Amino acid sequence: MIRTEEVLLNVGPQHPSTHGVFRLVLTLDGEVITNAEPVIGYLHRGTEKIAENLQFTQIIPYTDRMDYVSAMTNNYVLVHAVETMMGIEIPERAEYLRVLAMELNRVASHLLWWGTYILDFGATSPLLYAFREREMILNLLNELSGARLTFNYMRVGGVKWDAPEGWLEKVRDFVPYMRKMLDGYHQLVSGNEIFLSRTKNVGTYTKEDALNYSLSGVNLRSTGVKWDLRKDEPYSIYDRFDFDVVTRDGGDAFARYECRLAEIEESLKIIEQAVEQFPEEGPIMAKVPKIIKPPKGEAFVRIEGSRGEIGCYIASDGKKEPYRLKFRRPSFYNLQILPKLLKGQNISNLISILGAIDIVLGEVDG
Amino acid sequence: MVQDLLHSSPGLLNFGIFFLMALTFLFVILGFVTYAILAERKVLGFMQGRIGPNHLGGRWGLLQTVADVLKLLVKEDLIPKAADRPMFIIAPVIAFAPSFMVVATIPFTDKLQFADLNVGLLYYLAISGITVIGTLMAAWASNNKYSLLGGMRATAQMVSYEIPLVMSGLGIVLLTGSMNLNDIVAAQEASGWYILWQPIAFVVFFIAAMAELYRVPFDLAEAENELVAGFHTEYSGFRWAMFMLAEYVYMFAMASLMTVLFFGGWLPPFEFLSFIPGAVWFGLKFAVVTYILYWFRATFPRMRPDQLMEFAWKVLLPVALANIFLTALLKELLNIF
Repeated sequence: MIRTEEVLLNVGPQHPSTHGVFRLVLTLDGEVITNAEPVIGYLHRGTEKIAENLQFTQIIPYTDRMDYVSAMTNNYVLVHAVETMMGIEIPERAEYLRVLAMELNRVASHLLWWGTYILDFGATSPLLYAFREREMILNLLNELSGARLTFNYMRVGGVKWDAPEGWLEKVRDFVPYMRKMLDGYHQLVSGNEIFLSRTKNVGTYTKEDALNYSLSGVNLRSTGVKWDLRKDEPYSIYDRFDFDVVTRDGGDAFARYECRLAEIEESLKIIEQAVEQFPEEGPIMAKVPKIIKPPKGEAFVRIEGSRGEIGCYIASDGKKEPYRLKFRRPSFYNLQILPKLLKGQNISNLISILGAIDIVLGEVDG
Repeated sequence: MVQDLLHSSPGLLNFGIFFLMALTFLFVILGFVTYAILAERKVLGFMQGRIGPNHLGGRWGLLQTVADVLKLLVKEDLIPKAADRPMFIIAPVIAFAPSFMVVATIPFTDKLQFADLNVGLLYYLAISGITVIGTLMAAWASNNKYSLLGGMRATAQMVSYEIPLVMSGLGIVLLTGSMNLNDIVAAQEASGWYILWQPIAFVVFFIAAMAELYRVPFDLAEAENELVAGFHTEYSGFRWAMFMLAEYVYMFAMASLMTVLFFGGWLPPFEFLSFIPGAVWFGLKFAVVTYILYWFRATFPRMRPDQLMEFAWKVLLPVALANIFLTALLKELLNIF
């Protein structure tokens, strides 16, 4: 008889495919994972606690640093919550700028995911292609906000800067270019036998599991649940655009892959329509008091971020600072299903499963 | 000249000459590998929409890999505390040495060959099998779980793919009736390149060779994203450089071997082109094969270990065996070999 024993393998916090400082303690039987225990908190900065001592405008840069891949949506959820509390009417032009910024950012975020996910499988070229296109979006957002990653673009009542001259035309030109590139992505990766064999029927969960684990975004839609807050609880001006909610039935890593790529197309549709409808003139800031003091009470808003539902809860006692601020960070909730998915899998499926969930550690740790 | 020396009585002078020749050969290969790596980086850059090395040594980055190798050589020598010291030190050497030994049998032209062995093909395959011992030693001696997993995968892969590799090569041996690489090339002069007669063998050989070389899509042993860096996770500096060099020398050796076996070595494609020297033809064919290897690297993702094993045993091996049978039939029926 050969004496065998289980091996404890510590994956991370410094590990190339955990996409940040994420640690997983795995128990291995040969190459099969018998138990997985995620350890998080390496990037915890206490955003919510810090926010209790800041005025609302000062909190916005902190939201940039939660989901740093998709900062615009995080900006938006905070200002949206404050605006809801104070009942501020947002000017048209500002709304369109916000939607354009958010959708461009969503495309950039999905591109980054696409590149790194394929990189996890050892193919290096897609990453560079994805970054080439993402770079164009970052340049566009840079022209808009002056920053490439942590935009700090939105304000309570509107946006900080108006679109510079010629910006809309650049966005208009970007849409067909991105569509063309997307075709190339499909040709290069989507039909690749090796890629299919590594993602199909890997990391599968059912609709019930997804709902029980409170998954949202693509992780939910990949099981066939048609749920997108942009459609189901329209906020901002999303009810003016014609787009589809992408769902797949597989519930596996490949379904999530397909969903994300299809969502890029839907976002492009929204961008295209927003550019067409863009109001010529108008203010970009509503009339807001100099010092923002939401009335006493509480509010909870939620929006569809790039990774799922971002929620923002504000409890105010009528001061300049929030009494309590809480973010529902989608990556954190989406990550909870990981141990269940990993149990009994080969270790080489680890990256396929973890990558498909699409976490951003800044958001997981808050 | 080498033949005469081999048959002369042993002495200090003989030894000196052999030593010097080997040394020259080593440096020629090293120099070649340095620039072939640069070529790979340039080709990859071209395919991935970027420039590649372009600072050191002019616009083409001609000194980039030289600088990289130098940097690795002067790096601090780190050995983990818990590692098995002697094994850890000797492992890169064991992985490195055979990669140069195999090059000795490759006939670059009809005259330029270091050792004209009767069992050249067998020698190549046997010697290249030694490297896996170095890999396994490195994995075990590092005392790291990632290394161990990587080393185990490497060994399993090497052992599995060696078999289809040899089996697909057997078809050619059958046709030629010789394992001498020189004879194999010479035989292709009459019958045409063996890729025409052995297309199945070529495909199997090519795939198995890529697995032997740990190239994408078979680079599981050093699967960066799940096993950190596989068996050489704990290695750095010149020891790591030795592993990398071994890998690259193997790659170019394998490309040469494929040129010899399937593309007629130094032979020109058409008779009227024979005024161009054989070395040029060899170089051209070699470049094409290597380019395809680079191309694959830019295109494919990595396979999963269990799928990899299945592929070797359930697909490649039966196909290679069928090919041997077909080849035997062909030889018997056509009667031109």
